[in-house]
Amino acid sequence: MKPRQRLWLFLVAVAGLTSFYLWGLVGLPGFGHYPGPYGDIINRIAVGQTNATGVVSAVNFEYRGIDTLGEEFILFAAATGVAIVLRHLRGEREHQPTEAASPDARQDSPAVRQLSLLLTGPMLVLGWNLASHAQTSPSGGFQGGVVLASSFVLIYLAGQLLTLRRLSPVDVTDAVEAAGAAGFVAIGIAGVAMGLPYLTNFLGLGTMPGAVSSSGTIALISFFVGIEVAAAFLLIVSELLDQTLLVRQETS
Amino acid sequence: MGVFPFLVVAWILAVGLYGIVTSRHLVHLIVCLIVLQSSTYVLLLGVGYRAGAAAPYFSDIPRRTPAVDPVVQALALTDVVVEAAVTALLLALAVQAYKRFGTLDPQELVQLKG
Repeated sequence: MKPRQRLWLFLVAVAGLTSFYLWGLVGLPGFGHYPGPYGDIINRIAVGQTNATGVVSAVNFEYRGIDTLGEEFILFAAATGVAIVLRHLRGEREHQPTEAASPDARQDSPAVRQLSLLLTGPMLVLGWNLASHAQTSPSGGFQGGVVLASSFVLIYLAGQLLTLRRLSPVDVTDAVEAAGAAGFVAIGIAGVAMGLPYLTNFLGLGTMPGAVSSSGTIALISFFVGIEVAAAFLLIVSELLDQTLLVRQETS
Repeated sequence: MGVFPFLVVAWILAVGLYGIVTSRHLVHLIVCLIVLQSSTYVLLLGVGYRAGAAAPYFSDIPRRTPAVDPVVQALALTDVVVEAAVTALLLALAVQAYKRFGTLDPQELVQLKG
């Protein structure tokens, strides 16, 4: 198909889409007039049922736990996919990692490097904090995991490629990612083993809503999701870094 | 305000689609896909919004306070993270496509493989 034909086809399709969309808008309640009732019901009962004051996390890891399990495995599959797609092609050779391949050898700004080094520790703590407070505040495994992975990326930005590779060998990252994903599944199966439905919240809910120790499996699942997300992103980043810094096309 | 946020959704969607259709570079195409997908975030959060309501976190507000819909927020949250990982997968595919075919133009790639 020629680009011109394609553009015309697109314009026709988008005109159709627009008219249906505008037609659909006519029947919607206006912005800011949430009709409910699902969100309202969850907001009313979630704190009492789960002792988690963060209702978004309660939805993610309790009411829609199976859905989140599926999402997590999309993430798992994507990270695995990156590793598979970026495998060595014929005629490619991996160079030994040297600091020459790291930004050290290039003319990088010392300010960036020092700031990255300075932020590594606080980022790690922040990520851990987010991943372990899903039940009380706007946080959780997904956000915490990404921040945790970022703290490792900062090590690379600080010009310490070899340190990053020492801290997160691919085998270990793989295993940690698998353990995080398996932890989620195992919590679900543990419920089944006790004769309860899959992903039932079988742990004690704690006495006080909003305490870190409350909410039973919500906190535990969030923790495992945090580990899985952090490892998955770390794996993706190191595969892409290997691609640019270590794998070089053979010239022959 | 009325329907304005929903019109923004349609605009983001259309701009992303236009970029994908006319793209001459795989990385540009992937970025357009991200733009396209971000329309779903605006839609989800727009659908669940209630004027003047609090965030669905009851740590320091009374439990009966009207709050926005937490379900769509949970959906948007997982979506953002998964999308980032899927984008990485697509970029990895683009890297390998360039290595194998020496071009990142989708239209030339189509000609190569019929």
